[in-house]
Amino acid sequence: MKPLLFIFLLMMSGGIYAVDTHQLADPEQQESYETLTKELRCLVCQNQTIADSNAELAADLRQQVYEMLQQGKSREEIVQFMTDRYGDFVLYKPPFKGKTSILWIAPVVFLLMGLITVFFFIRRKKAAANQHSDAGAMEMDIEKQKKIRSLLEKGDPS
Amino acid sequence: MLKFIIPLILFIIMAVFLALGLNLRPSEIPSPFINKPAPAFSAPKLNAPEEKLSPADLKGQVWLFNVWASWCVSCRAEHPVLNQLAKQSAIVIVGLNYKDEANDANNWLETLGNPYDVSIMDQDGRIGIDYGVYGVPETFVIDKKGLIRYKHTGPVSDDDVQKIFLPLIAKLQAEP
Repeated sequence: MKPLLFIFLLMMSGGIYAVDTHQLADPEQQESYETLTKELRCLVCQNQTIADSNAELAADLRQQVYEMLQQGKSREEIVQFMTDRYGDFVLYKPPFKGKTSILWIAPVVFLLMGLITVFFFIRRKKAAANQHSDAGAMEMDIEKQKKIRSLLEKGDPS
Repeated sequence: MLKFIIPLILFIIMAVFLALGLNLRPSEIPSPFINKPAPAFSAPKLNAPEEKLSPADLKGQVWLFNVWASWCVSCRAEHPVLNQLAKQSAIVIVGLNYKDEANDANNWLETLGNPYDVSIMDQDGRIGIDYGVYGVPETFVIDKKGLIRYKHTGPVSDDDVQKIFLPLIAKLQAEP
């Protein structure tokens, strides 16, 4: 039991060691801080937000966000500050514009393509199955009738 | 017939995308700075901390702004290339000593040679953030008007110098 408990606690501890967090006095600003750091990409690690990352640059960017919020900067201003320096890549939610449109449209297109394929596939299968079972039923009937007739005529040999 | 053509087309589409993906370099993020003014700063010089340097002091010259640090391993690989470039005195090379200790930085320059006309210190990484630095070393080429014309992420190789930097520098020097 004890080793199991130990393993369980070890598994849980991953989420506990949070990266350093700044605390803002104003709860609204604190919320902005938390959402902003979750929307900004850590450019060194690329697949982590700056809230998740332990990279030094991520720490610096968190500090930057923290200070700008303290100075009373709005979320838009901070996002603008980051994109001015790092481009749209810094945003986990890139804005919809010419360059990024494929990012936004592609999933919808793929979903539609998939749905259309599934629709036709099912329809064809159904049609084929119907035809097949109808024909089968007919054949069976004829076979059966023949057998019944022959049995009736000759009498059951068994 | 259709049975074979559709999977074939799907395969070709996938193959094209995967082939493109193989050649992408996701670590190279397009810089939003190209043709924008080099962000202003006023930073202490590494060899003389009481003196400050700002991009305005370099107006009228084409200069290279190279972000480096003594803790940065790829900078060590890049260093001989910069030394070589400095020998040709084709361009003013300014170093941004990024998030480093002055002592370590000076030691590094003493042992490996100093290709920089001047290096400035950015201990807290603020200037780095203003230049969108995310992977040291990075190199910017700044023209006579103070506009950033090119950015290179990662170590500059001899090949890069010959094929990209020298032609670009020559072109920018010729501009008024």
